[in-house]
Amino acid sequence: MIELRQLRKVYANGVVALDGVDLSVREGEILGVLGRSGAGKSTLLRCVNLLERPTSGTVTVDGRELSALGRGELRAARQRIGMIHQHFALLSSRTVAGNAAFPLEIAGVPRDQRAARVRELLELVGLADKAAAVPAQLSGGQKQRVGIARALAAGPSVLLSDEATSALDPATTQSILALLRRLNTELGLTILLITHEMQVVKSICDSVAIMSDGRIEEAGRITDLIATPGAALTREIFPLPEPAPPGTVTVTFAGQADEPVMSSLVRKFDVDVNVLGGSLEELRGAPVGRLRVRIEGKGAADALGYLTGLGLLVEVA
Amino acid sequence: MNFEELLPILAQSTGETLQMVAMATLLTAVFGLPLGVLLVTADRGGLTPAPAFKAVLGAVVNIGRSLPFIVLMVAVIPFTRLVTGTTIGTVAAVVPLTLGAVPFFARLVETALRGVDREVVEAAQAMGARRLAIVGKVLLPESLPGLVAGLTVTIVALIGYSAMAGAIGGGGLGDLAVRYGYQRFDTGVMIITVVLLIVIVQFVQSLGDLVARRLDKK
Ligand SMILES: Nc1ncnc2c1ncn2[C@@H]1O[C@H](COP(=O)(O)OP(=O)(O)OP(=O)(O)O)[C@@H](O)[C@H]1O
Ligand SMILES: [Mg+2]
Repeated sequence: MIELRQLRKVYANGVVALDGVDLSVREGEILGVLGRSGAGKSTLLRCVNLLERPTSGTVTVDGRELSALGRGELRAARQRIGMIHQHFALLSSRTVAGNAAFPLEIAGVPRDQRAARVRELLELVGLADKAAAVPAQLSGGQKQRVGIARALAAGPSVLLSDEATSALDPATTQSILALLRRLNTELGLTILLITHEMQVVKSICDSVAIMSDGRIEEAGRITDLIATPGAALTREIFPLPEPAPPGTVTVTFAGQADEPVMSSLVRKFDVDVNVLGGSLEELRGAPVGRLRVRIEGKGAADALGYLTGLGLLVEVA
Repeated sequence: MNFEELLPILAQSTGETLQMVAMATLLTAVFGLPLGVLLVTADRGGLTPAPAFKAVLGAVVNIGRSLPFIVLMVAVIPFTRLVTGTTIGTVAAVVPLTLGAVPFFARLVETALRGVDREVVEAAQAMGARRLAIVGKVLLPESLPGLVAGLTVTIVALIGYSAMAGAIGGGGLGDLAVRYGYQRFDTGVMIITVVLLIVIVQFVQSLGDLVARRLDKK
């Protein structure tokens, strides 16, 4: 749905914000871009709708190469790409309904159709009763709901989000994330989001891209990355002392986390299992865990084989 | 001079002042608003980047701003004659008044527009809005309270200028104050005109403040 090819962005001051980025966002998925401050995340997102012109490389959204379009065509293409912002970017002089109607005015939708569509949108984001309020009268979470309603007004196939929950408290963040997930499943909306909060990735993302210094370090489906030895994502989600001390075994469980694997190991192979650290997380509702242990005893080698045979990711240091 | 003689003269002079200021305000808004918008959009990184044009425009505005009004008034006499066919009277006074107030108001418009959140303008760009729509639907409505405050300050300045314009034949309260109060040593007339000017300025300022406050939804 979104294809970025060999994207480079060098700002006028010489900063190389993107240094050859390739990224694909599949139709209907939620992809989260993670990375430290200054990694180039916002630049990447702003290149998708060409708010920032890449120095070189191509941007293709929904089959159209945006980087090749003229001014008028680009405007039309942008109407099909929704965007939400960290500080909401609402028009303070307009009501909630007026804000949601804004993209429709731009698209030239007649007044009577606008009213009906706005009602539908506010219903969708749960703000039907706030239609006449102005943004200053709303909470942060409500403002972001207006931002979402506005972003969806023209019926986009793609939603871009730059730190859309960073200005919100944890509970409000969860409700906004739940809304995004619902829009993703109900409308088939493809979402590309930027975040610095691991919690956002854990609760709604299908895929993730980790950026540093203008490059994508690692990208893919979360379930695939978790099953890949040495994935940076796994280390981010389950922080354990790195590198692992020699002689230790790090086991990553996905799905099997509720089975008593370790105790059966002890019984079956007559080994001692010394747990050094670990944690259990929920990824989109499914339990995933990572455990660092030292396995001692004659059956240690067989025990490792058994763990691998169960389909667990076993990394021996 | 007794009060009965004075009253019609006062009424006429007040009317002239209001007429001059009203006409000049209207023209100032018509020319100053687009000029202020251009000062913002022609920025490097603005909606219609044109740095060279912006530099010229800025210089012209600064020259207009730095000329003392009394000098400007005299300097533009040929232009005034060209436009109105005369150099004295209320209508003729509107020309220098407008020329003096346009650069002043344009800077105030510029300041008000710069107060609009950049992210909001970008949001509109991201939605595929035309530049004209961004000016008309984002920049101007979002800065409306600031624009009204700027116009209020401009009107107050125009009232002050108009008294000066009056002194060289424009009519109005300034003319009255000079003719009776200064040349004929009639302190009573002088005081009355000053009080009237103060009342008008107070009224304009209060009304402007009220409207600006009403429009501010932040
Ligand atoms: N308009 C600009 N002009 C010059 N340099 C810029 C500009 N915008 C960003 N940069 C630089 O480009 C680099 C990447 O910035 P970017 O905003 O994309 O990072 P980010 O990953 O979004 O960071 P954060 O998490 O802090 O938002 C930084 O070094 C930044 O200073
Ligand atoms: Mg950023």
